Amino acid sequence: MIRRGAKVLLDIRNLRARVAGVELLKGIDLTVRAGEVHAIMGPNGSGKSTFAKVLVGHSAYQVTSGEALFDGANLFALPAEERARRGLFLGFQYPVEIPGVANAQFLRLAYNTVQSARGREELDPIEFDDFVREKMKPLAIDPSFLGRSVNEGFSGGEKKRNEILQMALLEPQLAFLDETDSGLDIDTLRVVANGVNELLTADNAVVLVTHYQRLLNYIVPDYVHVMDSGRIVKTGDRALALELERRGYDWVGTAAAAPAS
Amino acid sequence: MSAVLQNLIDQPYQHGFVTDIESDVAPKGLNEDTIRLISRKKHEPEWLLEFRLEAFRHWLTMAEPTWPNVKYPKIDFQGISYYSAPKSKPKLNSMDEVDPELRRTFEKLGVPLHEQKALAGVAVDVIFDSVSVTTTYKKRLAEVGVIFCSMSEAVRDHPELVRKYLGSVVPQGDNFYAALNSAVFTDGSFCYIPHGVKCPMELSTYFRINTEQSGQFERTLIVAEEGAYVSYLEGCTAPKFDTNQLHAAVVELVALDRAEIKYSTVQNWYAGDESGRGGIYNFVTKRGLCKGAGSKISWTQVETGSAITWKYPSCILQGEDSVGEFYSVALTNHLQQADTGTKMIHIGRNTRSRIISKGISAGESNNSYRGLVQIGPKAQDARNFSQCDSLLIGSRSGANTFPYIRVQNNTAKVEHEATTSKIGEDQLFYFQSRGIDMEAAVSMIINGFVKDVFTQLPMEFAVEAGRLLGLKLEGAVG
Repeated sequence: MIRRGAKVLLDIRNLRARVAGVELLKGIDLTVRAGEVHAIMGPNGSGKSTFAKVLVGHSAYQVTSGEALFDGANLFALPAEERARRGLFLGFQYPVEIPGVANAQFLRLAYNTVQSARGREELDPIEFDDFVREKMKPLAIDPSFLGRSVNEGFSGGEKKRNEILQMALLEPQLAFLDETDSGLDIDTLRVVANGVNELLTADNAVVLVTHYQRLLNYIVPDYVHVMDSGRIVKTGDRALALELERRGYDWVGTAAAAPAS
Repeated sequence: MSAVLQNLIDQPYQHGFVTDIESDVAPKGLNEDTIRLISRKKHEPEWLLEFRLEAFRHWLTMAEPTWPNVKYPKIDFQGISYYSAPKSKPKLNSMDEVDPELRRTFEKLGVPLHEQKALAGVAVDVIFDSVSVTTTYKKRLAEVGVIFCSMSEAVRDHPELVRKYLGSVVPQGDNFYAALNSAVFTDGSFCYIPHGVKCPMELSTYFRINTEQSGQFERTLIVAEEGAYVSYLEGCTAPKFDTNQLHAAVVELVALDRAEIKYSTVQNWYAGDESGRGGIYNFVTKRGLCKGAGSKISWTQVETGSAITWKYPSCILQGEDSVGEFYSVALTNHLQQADTGTKMIHIGRNTRSRIISKGISAGESNNSYRGLVQIGPKAQDARNFSQCDSLLIGSRSGANTFPYIRVQNNTAKVEHEATTSKIGEDQLFYFQSRGIDMEAAVSMIINGFVKDVFTQLPMEFAVEAGRLLGLKLEGAVG
């Protein structure tokens, strides 16, 4: 929900970044305030996932210019783990498998690390077990999942639900969800979207990175941004997403070419 | 980090041993006179001198093995002094005098305070006095008839047992280093569990090593009589430095009918500096004989130290229905080299063996698993399962698996599985993106990787060993 005067969570100015010498982000501006839902859309290779990874601090990406204030702090001066502790979250498009590490242990370590950084109480394994099971219910996650290795052998839907479960546990101020809808059947999509909606409050915000309008039927955005060639080339409201679905991306690029200079 | 570790490992010894000890050191070099000197100094019986001389004569005919996948400069065996009087560590008055870096390591490892004091050479207070601990310990063992003492004491007090079993599993001429050890060993541990006795506590060398240094050629013999059980712990997680570069120990285990011996090792010897200078060469022969029907020998090792580790704790499964197990974690970092594994020799019917090996290589280190599974012609229905997993950290470390399988009985079942994986940047980033720093992430991945082995360790040991792995890998990633 857009509220005038709501707290600015993220303020990005002219962000440029490269990977292996190739510039992928070519000057991005974005402001996200508490309570808002943003959607970033755009064709493959337009820089959407790169943008999300740069913000959470993946070491393969190098920020070459621009700045980002997250909750008032200089984001790019913080190591990745510190960004997470301060409430920045990325729901991965392809969550990595970690064989040999039990999900329950991983989730508890993440939870306790973040809790302790925020000066809150940590949970022992038994307390955590009760706590996490409650969080799993709305996402319809089977309890057996706690004993399995992190993401190992998970179906696409299970991996995405695991991402949302982590979001529920870590209570981020700002969550980037990178194509959380891709590869999900319609029932799972609904479960995942409801899970996200449940977590939204007036104090946090979410940025959905997606190809498709259909996710936005469930999580309704306040802003829709279109990315192309490493830039946000157009910003609108929900109607823009519907128009993109009807007309594709091509018209946006040409229409925006001039003002983007 | 490792420079710091190295310093702290070196530290207690910089202040050195008291000088008058020097007078009781044998001249460098090895010949029959040296061996006679060792035997005389230790007031040994004639048969033991003969045992040593026989070993020495055999050793002279042998060549140093070159097949391990390790590299080191040629050892000058005539440049070593083979006997010195027992050394005593310098005594400090309180923990405040202990090097702060060493204290930090102890804290990280979670070593209990009284053990810290003993390890650092601090005179221990009345309550935790190591002598009284040892006395209590010995009293409880004596009540059930368990003998646990130094090899020298055993030769003096139980010569018939030592004579019966010494060299019965690892003969004097078994291999180059075992022959050398048989000729010149100075001390070690002896343990005897009588018929039907379940040893009431974990036997730990920790309670012995503080009073005497066992030296570079250590000899251990453990005998479990019919139906007996013992769990034996060698080494400790605290860093151990020794002025002797070459270590060639021999460990022999004998399990009679339905006896069980569980032998656990945590090894954290000085590994040399980051350029590989000065670390210890650990060339060990460890072998267990499942002599009786239904007997069981289980080796568990966590190898984190030494410049070069070269050891194959093995089981000879002679008795029907006997069981051999080998659980290993070998971690190498910087320029460390490890060529380690096991041999399971199936002789009796229906014998079973299980091998779980986990190798972790970081830095520029090289870590090889080498294992032999041999099924003899009479080993009807023998079974083996082997799993060898390697984990690479960084892109300059190496891992190899050399499995040897020889089957001479077609009813046998032998399974071998091997995997190699790498801690990937994306895995570490996943942890970081959840607020977990790199060090904690690596530690969690490693602990997951070694879980199957660590569950075999006594509980409190497993916790310390887990921290040890984390400590050894500090700075390996990132």
